[in-house]
Amino acid sequence: MSSSSAAAFGSADSTAARRNTKRPKYSKFTQQELPACKPILTPRAVISVFLLVSVVFVPVGVASLLASRKVVEIIHRYDAECIPQSNSSDKVAYIQNPSADKTCNITLNVHKHMKSPIHVYYQLDNFYQNHRRYVKSRNDEQLRDSEKWDSTSGCKPEDMANGKPIVPCGLIAWSLFNDTYIFSRNNKNLTVNKKGISWKSDRDHKFGKDVFPKNFQNGSIIGGARLNDSIPLSQQEDLIVWMRTAALPTFRKLYGKIEVDLNEGDTISVILKNNYNTYSFSGKKKLVLSTTGWLGGKNDFLGIAYLTVGGLCFFLAMAFTIIYFVKPRQLGDPSYLSWNRNPGGH
Amino acid sequence: MDQVENFPNFSSSMNNSSRNSTFGHSGSKPVSYGSKGADSGALSMSQKEISDEDARLVYVDDPERTNERFEFSGNSIRTSKYSIITFLPRNLFEQFHRVAYIYFLIIAILNQLPQLAVFGRGVSILPLAFVLFVTAVKDAFEDWRRHKSDKVENNRIASVMVDGQFQGKKWKDVKVGEIVKIAANETIPCDIVLLSTSDPTGVAYVQTTNLDGESNLKTRYAKQETQAKVPEKERFIGLIKCEKPNRNIYGFQGNMEVDGKRLSLGSSNIVLRGCELKNTNWAVGVAVYCGHETKAMLNNSGAPSKRSQLETHMNLEIIMLSVFLVALCSVTSVCAAIWLKSHKNELDLMPYYRKLDFSEGEMESYQYYGWGLEILFTFLKSVIVFQVMIPISLYISMELVRVGQAYFMIRDSRMYDAATNSRFQCRALNINEDLGQIKYVFSDKTGTLTENKMEFQCASIWGVDYSSTEASLEHGHQAECSAQVDGKVLKPKMKVKVNQKLLQLSKNSFRNVEGKQIYDFFLALAACNTIVPLVVDTSDPTVKLIDYQGESPDEQALAYAAAAYGFMLIERTSGHIVIDIHGKRQRFNVLGLHEFDSDRKRMSVILGYTDNSVKLFVKGADTSMLSVIDKSLNAEILRATETHLHSYSSLGLRTLVIGMWDLSVSEFDQWHFAFEAASTALLGRAALLRKVASNVENNLCILGATAIEDKLQKGVPESIESLRTAGIKVWVLTGDKQETAISIGYSSKLLTNSMTQIIINSNNRESCRRHLQNALVKSRQPLAASAVPNNFEGFSDAIGTPIALIIDGTSLVYILDSELEEELFELASRCSVVLCCRVAPLQKAGIVALVKKRTADMTLAIGDGANDVSMIQMADVGVGISGQEGRQAVMASDFAMGQFRFLVPLLFIHGHWNYQRLGYMIIYNFYRNAIIVLVLFWYVLFTAYTVTTAINEWSSMLYSIIYTAFPTIVVGILDKDLSKRILLKYPQLYGAGQRREAYNKKLFWVTMADTFWQSIVVFFVPLFAYWGSTVDISSIGDLWTLSVVILVNLHLAMDIIRWNWVIHAVIWGSIVATVICVMIIDAIPTFSGYWAIFNTAATGLFWLCLLGILIAALLPRFAVKYIYQYYYPSDIQISREAEKFANQRVIGGNRQIEMYPIPDGPPR
Repeated sequence: MSSSSAAAFGSADSTAARRNTKRPKYSKFTQQELPACKPILTPRAVISVFLLVSVVFVPVGVASLLASRKVVEIIHRYDAECIPQSNSSDKVAYIQNPSADKTCNITLNVHKHMKSPIHVYYQLDNFYQNHRRYVKSRNDEQLRDSEKWDSTSGCKPEDMANGKPIVPCGLIAWSLFNDTYIFSRNNKNLTVNKKGISWKSDRDHKFGKDVFPKNFQNGSIIGGARLNDSIPLSQQEDLIVWMRTAALPTFRKLYGKIEVDLNEGDTISVILKNNYNTYSFSGKKKLVLSTTGWLGGKNDFLGIAYLTVGGLCFFLAMAFTIIYFVKPRQLGDPSYLSWNRNPGGH
Repeated sequence: MDQVENFPNFSSSMNNSSRNSTFGHSGSKPVSYGSKGADSGALSMSQKEISDEDARLVYVDDPERTNERFEFSGNSIRTSKYSIITFLPRNLFEQFHRVAYIYFLIIAILNQLPQLAVFGRGVSILPLAFVLFVTAVKDAFEDWRRHKSDKVENNRIASVMVDGQFQGKKWKDVKVGEIVKIAANETIPCDIVLLSTSDPTGVAYVQTTNLDGESNLKTRYAKQETQAKVPEKERFIGLIKCEKPNRNIYGFQGNMEVDGKRLSLGSSNIVLRGCELKNTNWAVGVAVYCGHETKAMLNNSGAPSKRSQLETHMNLEIIMLSVFLVALCSVTSVCAAIWLKSHKNELDLMPYYRKLDFSEGEMESYQYYGWGLEILFTFLKSVIVFQVMIPISLYISMELVRVGQAYFMIRDSRMYDAATNSRFQCRALNINEDLGQIKYVFSDKTGTLTENKMEFQCASIWGVDYSSTEASLEHGHQAECSAQVDGKVLKPKMKVKVNQKLLQLSKNSFRNVEGKQIYDFFLALAACNTIVPLVVDTSDPTVKLIDYQGESPDEQALAYAAAAYGFMLIERTSGHIVIDIHGKRQRFNVLGLHEFDSDRKRMSVILGYTDNSVKLFVKGADTSMLSVIDKSLNAEILRATETHLHSYSSLGLRTLVIGMWDLSVSEFDQWHFAFEAASTALLGRAALLRKVASNVENNLCILGATAIEDKLQKGVPESIESLRTAGIKVWVLTGDKQETAISIGYSSKLLTNSMTQIIINSNNRESCRRHLQNALVKSRQPLAASAVPNNFEGFSDAIGTPIALIIDGTSLVYILDSELEEELFELASRCSVVLCCRVAPLQKAGIVALVKKRTADMTLAIGDGANDVSMIQMADVGVGISGQEGRQAVMASDFAMGQFRFLVPLLFIHGHWNYQRLGYMIIYNFYRNAIIVLVLFWYVLFTAYTVTTAINEWSSMLYSIIYTAFPTIVVGILDKDLSKRILLKYPQLYGAGQRREAYNKKLFWVTMADTFWQSIVVFFVPLFAYWGSTVDISSIGDLWTLSVVILVNLHLAMDIIRWNWVIHAVIWGSIVATVICVMIIDAIPTFSGYWAIFNTAATGLFWLCLLGILIAALLPRFAVKYIYQYYYPSDIQISREAEKFANQRVIGGNRQIEMYPIPDGPPR
């Protein structure tokens, strides 16, 4: 009876209701029924993933380890030995003395054949080029645009000298590395190519072709190298390299490239000018000659890491396979549901 | 909630709420929503004279004089919050009420100090500005819409008296004191006191749908003294003195001085803004409240704001994160201090520190402020750098996600109610996820479990039981109950099944005493009500339908029943009614009407017959009626009627008792005098009227009783069973009698025969205590006893035989707010079902509070009427049913829907999803922000503790805005762990939310440990791989940026359960967007990182690092996830697998496990 009374009640306004119904329109989107893929971690999938990872990682690890091993590297630390015996008690005074002779001779032995190009780096340790005060102490506008030569904001305390703006300003430029190396093998000079050691993008767009150093290193304290005022910044490649501030407190900077092979047993003598003051903060200076592989310099870390991860994945794959065969579980088996598992308890 | 403390004051008289005997709930609303002043208003205001300073003086038809002090607002309304000028300051002011925003504002300000400038000026305010901007756009859009609707509203035209003529005037120009004329079907522009109407007796019918959602017509009256005046002809002079504007839409107090007479005005004389005039050609009234002072506008407040439990817990974890943040900053600053100390002598000339500054000519320290300040500055700088540890974007993401979730909830076609044409409504936007954690459901009965569509079922007349059930509807008896008026056939709109025997008897009335009683009985049903008959046209021009409009469904049911038995109410005015009795039209004068109120719980009408005899008809709740019936008269009939009443109510029917009395002339005169005096009294009119009514309603002669069936809503038993299976405790709180409540309990499957019932039904505190203690002992017994035989029964419930507690309101008066509360809670928590009957609205809230105070479990209250408002507001989640009764429950609720059964999809599907999504989202956001902070922190350890960031400052700010924000929002809206079908099939899956499986302390710490590992991998793999190489800050920073962003997106991808195209797009899209952003940033020549990404990405080392980081970082998570899912599967996990593999299994059929233990019929 209720149905017919309801029907009588409903029929009167059913047409009107249909016209302005608020019933939500059906669509897969609004009903949240979009077709979707539902990945589930099945044992087979998981074990395959682990095997796949180990299959990829182990060879890559071996390859990068080999690449790293193939790189020949000569590292020579010279900051201690290049201080004359007489000055060893006060290294800072020696290095700050502009009249003292800073020349120092060292010899490097090539223990393995080195294929060109051989990169010459200087490596500084314990030098925080990433120090907050240091990183910010530059003005990129000024480096790029000759019009903005007087914009020195952020460069303090090396923004002005003698009341005039410094170009390039800031601590980074001020502390430009100024040791120099001259290489010779068997008394024959080895030319070091210093062109193209910086990023092309920096030379082309970041450092202006018409920006010339001005008033540089004219302050009370000399921080490092002087620049030739007649060469535009875009060609001052040592500066450009230096101003790409290093990420870590131990870093190398490219000094130049030797474009001939060095043979096993060669002796290279280096005449270096030990100008740069790392003694005041007990930093180390090293000269590095290195070939390059496809992975860059000599560094075993990545290879080892890949091998470890690959090995671990292989081990996990095996372990999961064994556990799977020992104790399998039927996927989606409702008897595992908590309310089916132990009747009478939650 | 302090109302709860007043419980003992609500004596048993209040216990019987409106539900029991609803004669219209104008009097049965002890708590109307809104301010407390309004609550008390109805009673207290009527008892005191309005003093002059509390009154508003309105000079009728003299707006100049009325408004000469400019104290009344005009009729233009503004629901918008802002104007173009005030938008910025006000919106910002409101936004900064959030603590998180202030935190970020402070950080942005700190960063502006030159000593602390870690980031560039623009960068540092970017995240805050972004969040403020998004919120402001949202607010501005909402406000623009309000502006638009305000404009439409303000420019509507009303007919207003100007210089003795009615002229069109815009609504916004209407002023207090002006006379307004309203035509039929027009909307009333402001609150007006009626002066005259087209009806000669001064009646106007109004529809208040816009105000309270009730679609029936209400009657309003113009005073007889003003009805005769025609404002066009003579100027109307009068003074109205009424109360100050308040939000009580059911009360109005005032008086009017006209021609030296003082007329009292009540709520029946005022028509409120927003109502529509119906069935009346015109009405003229004087504006008393305009614009913002109208009752409709004063009631226009939003739902109360609640805070979700998840958010509360989240705030605890945010405090944890703040501790991490402080720890990281402290480590940084302490290390920095040690470093400075050990290098103290080198600082002056150190190339990368250079403390000495000669640029000004003389030697000074550059940016060195001494030991203490350097530590402080380092600390503050690290706070600035690590600020994202506190996830600012989380707040805005959560808001967006909830809006998205609400969108899908509203659009869910499962929750569309065709009967009322209403969609699901999300009124609160901040507690979506609470729907997934509900443990207790408190439900109202009438209108919530039942339809509140009343059907007349049985009548007991003069001691004889006539049950309609044996009769049938099919035989077309309804055709007989129609009336001929002016050659047209009038039929009642609703058809009622009739008892043939009774129908015959009623036709042959007057023949004997029995027939006389039946005549009086049906006359009482037709007359003793406040029903307004409305004539509705049908497609057949000769047939018209009568639609009975009334405030209570019980009255409608009775009026339709009377019509079915040939007593058709055709016309009602304030002075008389016309009833068609078996084809004969009879007119009765209505001499007096005592409306229903919750104290008397009955109503009465005094009819004057054409032969000048006067009769009083009373109907009311059985308890209140039996006390005023003369017991000496017809004792047998009384006893028989009581027996019938008992059997009716045990069938779950709502019963009413009808009585009558012939008034003698002296009795009538006495009453008439008292009634006149009371109805014109200014002081305490309501109380006086009540007293007059009580005096005359006495020593009645019993006529009989009626029983009305309150039908269960569709799907209620199934829903309750599902809720119970899900481990949700369902408590039913009702104003009904115990027997009715229990019978509804059985029919709705709340109670089953296997349950032990404990009934607490006592009249004083001591017996309450005794009962409770006995019950507690009893409740503990089956627990012990059932431990062993449990296996035999195979009963899934832990507590052997489930216990049902039935308690009534009188007992609750003694229990709530006393030391017995504790015992009641203990008892109730052992019971699987609790049924509270005869509870007052505030007691409902008290019971909710009882549970809420003692557990951390979430409570949900669902109801439909004004008496559920306090309960809805008290519970953690309030759900309103937009049904037959008014809209108060909906207005107070957080969510509103059409049917009780929608609770199942709401909780099991949307609640479950919302909870899983938001819980995961919060954890993920913590992870996502913590990992970048940790990567930044590890780097700080290698920069002499000077908080340098390798990651470009723009990237680190865009990280939480662009690089990683969208996937988490989209996943938070769209991902679903299980399909609707499975969730409905296994209600037990809902337990995941109750057990807080998606967000808890353990998960937080496990995620943080994972974060720690991942950040170590991200940071140290490049560090070692590039150690001692020529790499520069920007290049390695870009590598870190990309690996973190790809990692967190892959991490999210690993946890996504359903990959649809939107999710694919947003995950891979945001990785691509990041790469593009990094490339754009690196293409700006003035940035120090110019072209870094292009140079490093050209090397193999970069790609090997990236691949290695991603695999190594995700490896532990992947392995643990697999082990956990495969060997310790959660219910959700198994169901997911079942969902995916079930089909294959059925086809294979090699291993048959009963997959579908519960019969499944998913509604589409």
